[in-house]
Amino acid sequence: MADIRFSEEQIRRYSRHILLQGVGGKGQRKLLGASVLLVGTGGLGSPAALYLAAAGVGKLGLVDFDIVDLSNLQRQVLHHTHDIGRPKVESATTAIHDINPDIQVVPHTVKLSSENALDIVADYDIVLDGSDNFPTRYLVNDACVFKSKPNIHGSILLFHGMATTFLPGRGCYRCLYPVPPPPGTVPSCQEAGVLGVLPGIIGLIQATETIKLILGIGEVLSERLVFYDALTMEFKEVKYKRNPRCPVCGEEPSITRLVDYEEFCGLR
Amino acid sequence: MAVEVRLPMILQKVAGGAKTVKVEGKSIHEVFDNLEKNHHGFASRLFDNEGNLNHFIMVYVNNEDIRLQRGMQTELKDGDVITLLPAMAGGEDCCR
Repeated sequence: MADIRFSEEQIRRYSRHILLQGVGGKGQRKLLGASVLLVGTGGLGSPAALYLAAAGVGKLGLVDFDIVDLSNLQRQVLHHTHDIGRPKVESATTAIHDINPDIQVVPHTVKLSSENALDIVADYDIVLDGSDNFPTRYLVNDACVFKSKPNIHGSILLFHGMATTFLPGRGCYRCLYPVPPPPGTVPSCQEAGVLGVLPGIIGLIQATETIKLILGIGEVLSERLVFYDALTMEFKEVKYKRNPRCPVCGEEPSITRLVDYEEFCGLR
Repeated sequence: MAVEVRLPMILQKVAGGAKTVKVEGKSIHEVFDNLEKNHHGFASRLFDNEGNLNHFIMVYVNNEDIRLQRGMQTELKDGDVITLLPAMAGGEDCCR
């Protein structure tokens, strides 16, 4: 990584970073040498991917098996009207390379599952969870714990969002929420809606966390969770700790391999 | 002694649309009992069939998780702010 020599174009492209105390040429090299897996290229993944690409994060993996739909465009800014009907990873790749052809995009046009998650996650430094359902949330969490990968979490509903950074050994999603809500208990965005700009805010908190983690600057949201209310424009921070009895990251874990997450979430 | 309970949107309809409610109580347990008395329907959303607090709702007193304190027995003082945070999945296409 230290051997990366900037081209003239890179020096111009990343000049505002290179000038910035705390980033500099050294930090930009770290960004160019880093790899981030984005789970989902929708509301949260879109702004995160665009800014991580613009920042010059060298390798972005995109997991999504979905197709661009007209109803996505209210918030999923990676995709455009002319992309309707295209696989999201394809339109995302185009949009990312339009901003920055300097970086590598690795498409994973698959549904993340217990069969493929560990292999996919293993290839990246950091995972950014922008998924849309509880089975995937728990799958991403467990895979990150098993592979000791930081998991940058963001979730949204209606006018609210939350974000936190799960660092290996310092708590996981199951420490916060040991089990998911029974189906039908918490309304979905599909049922209840979501403010289009909301994932922009939360997705960019996730991107900011990712960049800080790569650069090793500032304080990430580890053991802290930020809750955002778009209506009152309030950010509230709450604390959490690793649960020693957590079934995945606790002292004596009872779950030591990926399970059937549809079943775990009561969907089967 | 009154505390303020901040309700997530999914619980606001139980309180007639209020975002926050003032409730009497010296512990989380008492506050939740009084919440149910004042606004019938809270208990069924906050607790499971065995009467345990649902794991998908986090309860904070000011900024501290009650699980890091004394759980339902966590003591309260006048003016404390209780925040209820349910899990949310949404992101990409939001909770299919």
